Amino acid sequence: MDVMPKWAEVVLVPLISLLLASILSAIVILAIGENPWDALMLMIDGALGSTYGWGYTLYYATNFIFTGLAVAIAFHARMFNIGGEGQAMLGGLGVALVCLYIPWPHWSLALLGASVSAAIFGAAWATIPAFLQAKRGSHIVITTIMFNFIAAALLNFLLIGALKPTGSMEPATGKFPETTHLPSFQDMFSTADNVMFRGAPANISFFVAVAACFALWFLIWRTRLGYEIRAFGHSESAAKYAGISPTKIIMIAMMISGALAGMMAINNVMGEAERLVLNAVEGAGFIGIAVALMGRSHPFGVFLAALLFGFLYQGGAELALWTSIPRELIVVIQALVILFTGALDNMVRMPLERIFLAFRKPAKGA
Amino acid sequence: MSETAPAIELKGISKAFGPVQANKDISIRVMPGTIHGIIGENGAGKSTLMSILYGFYKADAGEIWISGQKTTIPDSQAAIAAGIGMVFQHFKLVENFTVLENVVLGAEDGALLRPSLAKARRELKALAEEYELNVDPDALIEDIGVGMQQRVEILKALYRQADILILDEPTGVLTPAEADQLFRILERLKEEGKTIILITHKLREIMDTTDTVSVMRRGEMTATVKTSETSPPELAELMVGRKVLLRVEKKPAEVGDKILEVQNLNVTDEKGVHRVKDVSFDVKAGEILGIAGVAGNGQSELLEVLGGYEKATGSIKVNGQEIDLTGAKSDGRSRRERGISHVPEDRQSEGLIMDYMAWENVAFGYHHDDRYNKGIRMDNAAIRADTEAKMERFDVRPPNPKLAAKSFSGGNQQKIVLAREIERNPDLLLIGQPTRGVDIGAIEFIHQQIVALRDQGKAILLVSVELEEILSLSDRIAVMFDGRIMGERMPDQTDEKELGLLMAGMTKGAA
Amino acid sequence: MDLLTILQILDSSVRLAVPLLLACLAGLYSERAGIFDIGLEGKMLAAAFMAAAIAYTSGSAWVGLLAGIGASLVLSAVHGVASITFRGNQLISGVAINFLAAGLTVVIAQSWFAQGGRTPTLQGDARFEPITLPFAESLQSVPVIGPIYYELISGHSVLVYIAFLLVPLTWWVLYRTRFGLRLRAVGENPASVDTAGISVVQLRYIAVIICGVLCGLAGAYLSTALQAGFTKDMSAGRGFIALAALIFAKWRPWHALYATLLFGFLQALALRPDLLENTLGFKVNGQLLDALPYILTVVILAGFVGKAIPPRAGGEPYVKER
Repeated sequence: MDVMPKWAEVVLVPLISLLLASILSAIVILAIGENPWDALMLMIDGALGSTYGWGYTLYYATNFIFTGLAVAIAFHARMFNIGGEGQAMLGGLGVALVCLYIPWPHWSLALLGASVSAAIFGAAWATIPAFLQAKRGSHIVITTIMFNFIAAALLNFLLIGALKPTGSMEPATGKFPETTHLPSFQDMFSTADNVMFRGAPANISFFVAVAACFALWFLIWRTRLGYEIRAFGHSESAAKYAGISPTKIIMIAMMISGALAGMMAINNVMGEAERLVLNAVEGAGFIGIAVALMGRSHPFGVFLAALLFGFLYQGGAELALWTSIPRELIVVIQALVILFTGALDNMVRMPLERIFLAFRKPAKGA
Repeated sequence: MSETAPAIELKGISKAFGPVQANKDISIRVMPGTIHGIIGENGAGKSTLMSILYGFYKADAGEIWISGQKTTIPDSQAAIAAGIGMVFQHFKLVENFTVLENVVLGAEDGALLRPSLAKARRELKALAEEYELNVDPDALIEDIGVGMQQRVEILKALYRQADILILDEPTGVLTPAEADQLFRILERLKEEGKTIILITHKLREIMDTTDTVSVMRRGEMTATVKTSETSPPELAELMVGRKVLLRVEKKPAEVGDKILEVQNLNVTDEKGVHRVKDVSFDVKAGEILGIAGVAGNGQSELLEVLGGYEKATGSIKVNGQEIDLTGAKSDGRSRRERGISHVPEDRQSEGLIMDYMAWENVAFGYHHDDRYNKGIRMDNAAIRADTEAKMERFDVRPPNPKLAAKSFSGGNQQKIVLAREIERNPDLLLIGQPTRGVDIGAIEFIHQQIVALRDQGKAILLVSVELEEILSLSDRIAVMFDGRIMGERMPDQTDEKELGLLMAGMTKGAA
Repeated sequence: MDLLTILQILDSSVRLAVPLLLACLAGLYSERAGIFDIGLEGKMLAAAFMAAAIAYTSGSAWVGLLAGIGASLVLSAVHGVASITFRGNQLISGVAINFLAAGLTVVIAQSWFAQGGRTPTLQGDARFEPITLPFAESLQSVPVIGPIYYELISGHSVLVYIAFLLVPLTWWVLYRTRFGLRLRAVGENPASVDTAGISVVQLRYIAVIICGVLCGLAGAYLSTALQAGFTKDMSAGRGFIALAALIFAKWRPWHALYATLLFGFLQALALRPDLLENTLGFKVNGQLLDALPYILTVVILAGFVGKAIPPRAGGEPYVKER
């Protein structure tokens, strides 16, 4: 019998982990001579105090939903995809190629085409490690790390070479045509006399991300494929017995994972930058790990965790602007979240289980 | 005190794992220079007790006395220092180390390795002569057979100057001949004054080798008797707490057409080991073909091929039609569609997803069935309803479809698997180790279900390492050794002795 | 290409191989004991920062080195607690450590030195200076051997010589001592060690600590010998290349040396595209050279050039079975 009730498992454990990460972060802030409470207030104000702040928070959250879902689906098949970063880079390449070289009549079609292309490029980049895992037994963690570096070299190569407009000094593609411009929240929600989300990068791809959460939830818990992926994740030998092909599951789960990571590019490349620059992903692929761990690999949890990290990113940028706390503090918080929700899970869980056990014993004896 | 102190005396040992009481107030005395058997069913607490003695677990209460001295054994180091050696059921050897390195590991004489290895080489030679325990010290563990590996474990203990040797289910992986060899070694050790504790669930071993025997049941020590003053039926009764039917009631088989025909089947596993060699046999409607053999002689691979998760060459026909052995239709799903059901040997790692709820497990392998799906959605409500019905018919307790498989007892887990597979109304049922780790009440139920299916005219292929089970259930018996079928016998025209010889690969002696 | 150019390239290969070699050996101890460590990068980075920061404030490279080792050890302890004591996921712990180091070094550097996440440039004794070996000057005129001795073998910092001496030492420890036997056993089958009465936990902690010390050396070398100060993200993926080299070497000390020298050589070549173009007659793409260690590792992992089989118990927390 499970010792803890489900709500404790789903809500309490992540919350305590988050609390521990926050306390340690506060100590770091104190140590560098700033006031943690003021810092928190500044972050809340900067990230949530205006539609402008929300526009950034939701923009970041969109990235993290995609990469978080990517890590989560791989987790369900008991694989650790550290390659979200590289897959998202390739997704960016897919978006750039489609936007630059296909004359789209309308943004909606461009979004569709770019999404498909981003997904295909991201999936393709995940396919090789998946194939090597399935057929050659190469550890997917190591191969996906290697593929991140190879992706970076590849993009570097393309952006100072073939994709750079002639005469430009910057390692980036040219600006995408106007017809591929995605409606930003400012375009969508402003009225004639009230401009909302002014200049913020949040755009329509946020809703694509939300739709992806629902789609993934349905896939994992309501379809045969999801059933097979979870079964494989729990026990490979049992999956084989039941006629579930490990190769098929590894390949499909990683391709979905890569596709989701790649689709992040419709937000950051197409929606925000409107061109492909070097290091466009900015570590979002790795934040996906924290988001998936925190969200317990459940799409709804991923959504909430992505919002939290969106808040941290925007709040962190504000902190860097107004205080002497550098943006990298967010990386520290992210590391602590990964540490507590992922690696030190038992440290949080074991004392909790003991508490629940102590409360349950008298009830059982009766 | 005139009488010699016992080599081991345990007083009132108790140990609980959470709510499970694995050992309850256990007391035992083992005299030096004797072989003492501990017998009991799976989960009776034998291994836990010995783990306490070897310092793996700390007892919640009780005392340990070694040679008249009260001792505490907080870890394995202390156990070794107290002269206790243990041969685990699953060997604790480093596969890519040599025999010598394995013997020396943890018993080195100094920080440098070479002198330790040289000394161990000399001592190993002496021990080999003294106890007839010949092993090549430079062989890698992964290159030698299980019998040899077991000798290495015994040598490890002797090298550490153990006076008390505990062996946990030592014959599970041995052929009867290898087992006899082991017992000769144990005899020899006893003559040299060593004390031996033999943990087993096999009555015959107890009767043949031990001086005294203790019986455990549900964490309690129910009796300790002199072996010469007891009998197998008495021990069996002590083990399970009531009289046991050693034979299954069944009427003669009404054999029909051939359902399964296997011809020249060969299996080579991923490591390139030839596991099944040119095997041919058939199973007819309305009969149970039992396949006997020591674990690891190709039976598992045979089941895996038939169940669709191991490739093979040769020919298999079901209902007269060839089935695909390597191609796209060689998977488990295709096998199920051809009317083959499969209760696998290991329900925990194959038959069930332990973290899935009972209802999810009831659809396992059949999750593509129309009745479990509505378009692209799985029809979870339909699966749950079906699970409730199955749980009731197979008396699964507790009858809660939303409980995870790991929360059920071994017997109830096996009933879930059986319910799923038998209720498919298959033409052919593959069933491996049907009662491994199952309590006695469930064993009878499971045996009845298998026989009932046979009486409905289904073909059944039974694989079991328990000779008794094979003898009592089968209508025909085939014995496997080293990937080959050594011969077929009728259960009423053979006995354990003949089958045992076949299991050891000795056809001539049996003929 | 003349001898001197070749020697310069090889000399630069050696310099670039040393941090890889130290980190690779660090990983070797840890992974041989069954603890996977993808946090080499983070430990190196933390050590690089601490070594530079303390070397700058104390004026001594040696004090800096100790501080660097200390910083690396703190992260090792985190990894040990997570993966040994609390039996957590070793890979996730490694990822967390990499980010922790990437974030903390900049945050602390900024608050300490206020130079945009870097330390001030190190001078004099705050850096490990090259050592000229005996007779290097006088032998310089001897043909072939003289320049090789002077250019390639002499003139490195003490950490370089330590790194190279660590290779035979590691081999000796691993295959000729009791500790090595136990270390290898615990990575292959911890139960064999446990039942032999040796503490698995203690053995694994020792391995993780050694790993921390060596990562500390690697990091200190980066900031106080190879370069003169810490810059943001200065480990630049070297921890991962070291990991790649470890797989390439199939977890063996001498092969680790060869693998890291090869990868160091590739890095040295990438720094001199002109040379390569002159020698080969066509332009070799710099990004390809950057990516080559990773591509080679994938090829090795795929088993096309001999299979790399990691220690069998690697990555699995040890739980006693009943």
